[in-house]
Amino acid sequence: MKSPRIIDTTLRDGSHAMRHQFTLDQVREVTKALDEAGVHVIEVTHGDGLAGSSIQYGFSLTHEMEMIEAARSVTKNARIAVLQIPGIGTRKELTEAIDRGAQMVRIATQCTEADISEQHFGIAKEMGLEAVGFLMMAHMRSPEVLVEQAGLMESYGADCVYIVDSAGAMLPGDVVDRVHAFKDALQIPVGFHAHNNLGLAVGNTVAALEAGADWVDGTLRGLGAGAGNAATEAIVAVLDKMGSNPGLDVFRLMAAAEFVVAPFMTFQPIPDRDAIAIGYAGVYSTFLLHAKRLGEKYGVDPVEILVELGRRKAMAGQEDWILDVTLDLARCAKEGVTA
Amino acid sequence: MSASVGNSRVKAAILGSGNIGSDLMHKLLKQQGWMEMALLAGIDPRSEGLARARSLGVNASHDGVNAILDDPDIRIVFDATSAGAHIKVAELLREAGKMAIDLTPAAVGPYVVPPVNLEEHLDKPNINMITCGGQATIPLVYAVNRVTPVAYAEMVSTVASLSAGPGTRQNIDEFTFTTSRGLETLGGARLGKAIIVLNPADPPILMRNTVYVVPDQDELDEQAITDSVERMVTDVQRYVPGYRLKNPPVFDRRDTPWGMKTIIAMLLEVEGAGDYLPTYAGNLDIMTASAYRVGELIAERSQEVTV
Repeated sequence: MKSPRIIDTTLRDGSHAMRHQFTLDQVREVTKALDEAGVHVIEVTHGDGLAGSSIQYGFSLTHEMEMIEAARSVTKNARIAVLQIPGIGTRKELTEAIDRGAQMVRIATQCTEADISEQHFGIAKEMGLEAVGFLMMAHMRSPEVLVEQAGLMESYGADCVYIVDSAGAMLPGDVVDRVHAFKDALQIPVGFHAHNNLGLAVGNTVAALEAGADWVDGTLRGLGAGAGNAATEAIVAVLDKMGSNPGLDVFRLMAAAEFVVAPFMTFQPIPDRDAIAIGYAGVYSTFLLHAKRLGEKYGVDPVEILVELGRRKAMAGQEDWILDVTLDLARCAKEGVTA
Repeated sequence: MSASVGNSRVKAAILGSGNIGSDLMHKLLKQQGWMEMALLAGIDPRSEGLARARSLGVNASHDGVNAILDDPDIRIVFDATSAGAHIKVAELLREAGKMAIDLTPAAVGPYVVPPVNLEEHLDKPNINMITCGGQATIPLVYAVNRVTPVAYAEMVSTVASLSAGPGTRQNIDEFTFTTSRGLETLGGARLGKAIIVLNPADPPILMRNTVYVVPDQDELDEQAITDSVERMVTDVQRYVPGYRLKNPPVFDRRDTPWGMKTIIAMLLEVEGAGDYLPTYAGNLDIMTASAYRVGELIAERSQEVTV
């Protein structure tokens, strides 16, 4: 097995678990530790990408552009990436992020809506960035449908396209089928991004690599939405044992997770009851904390909320539906009927 | 115009034979108001929209804006193309003395949302209908702002993938820019933010919008705000019957960049009239219904002048 490119997204996916409260000091410390350990790419943005700071997703404590600039100022070798979700972030924030030092943009769409990303791939390529397609909620469609969407992104100039298991709902076989389909159809590298809601994040990442994935994502301590992501330090330790470590320092990563990230974490994401419900129901991992908060406020079990959101086929970014579903369930409970 | 008999109708043309143009055409044909559906102009000779228009007995052309400019009797032109395309034709229409009602987010002319400022810009040569999400959400922000000043308004529009045509998809940034400006200039918010999410669920979901408002003040007359919002919903229902709030406004405390504040969340659902597209495409319906309403009023007023 060849050695993959490792992207750490502690400072982007981890933003969800931190309720978007990263400080500039934390950004600099984490970036420095990752850079020194040899991580190739470090993603820094609000959890929902550029311009994600909002009532819908949660306001950022620190301005996104300052975070990007701070991260860039301390890297020696790693490249700084930002996430952009068309419909949330626009070319305005993207061009500013590039001015502030972003070297790569990951452009994320629902796995069926790749054609809304054409404008942004155009800008990124024109400005000399690496541009990566990020097909979210990829468990919801068949490999055939996904490949078609990935092909669109490739035609817009993508340097790599990701299969993103936003809901942490995929089984290893689902991952393998999708990676095989992408490898067969695309000329560009294929990436995989895992969530640990069913406890499968590292396992699915290994499955993706064995099936031929070229790039994989991790976060230190698995800090991320839902039950978190595949822990970068664990992925690299596993790669090392498999003889496919692309030159990263396993012990430095373990130390970064333990001594840099763990001390500021407000909780350790794990596959607890609510997180497993997310993977089981196949809903967006970031719904976790919103469902917990609203469930408590209205006296509704978060698991019920999450399962109902899955039934209504909520997609990435539809946090407002959590309030809607919670109010419906609270009303049903009051009236003694089922939803 | 030679027709000074009083009840002759004003000739209207639609530029763009896609989803929005076709839905608007059906509204013009269905409702016998002050406008006459004179021409549907597209640019693709093989367009299904043009073929459909002809089968309904409507004059259709694939000669684009030229077909419209060639007919001096056409007074009102609805542009249902795309922002980029509208910017190219706006000046031509103005020079020809035709009134443009722009359904793209080009924002060449002033913004109009019927229950907020229907009559304000009827004398302008070009009126912009903002975006579908803007038509749905700006009235609610305005309804709060007329009771208590709004510091920040945020809207999240979720539309069924099938009802988002190529114009929306290729210009998704324009949706964000134009809608957030509309929340500010017409809604009254000091700062506006817009988010759009496409949902591919099958069967398709109804258009959903969530409006979050952060008022300046913390002491709020919740009843007065709720009443104002409900009055506004009734006003919009006069021209979009499927427009409804799923719940009364929800008052919640949240951490914001302005400190711990009371926020108001309003969950809105828009069911389309099903004139041309299915009812789930409420986003298109509210756009065409608003544009139709503006066109009708302009036509009516111009008749009063002629007579």
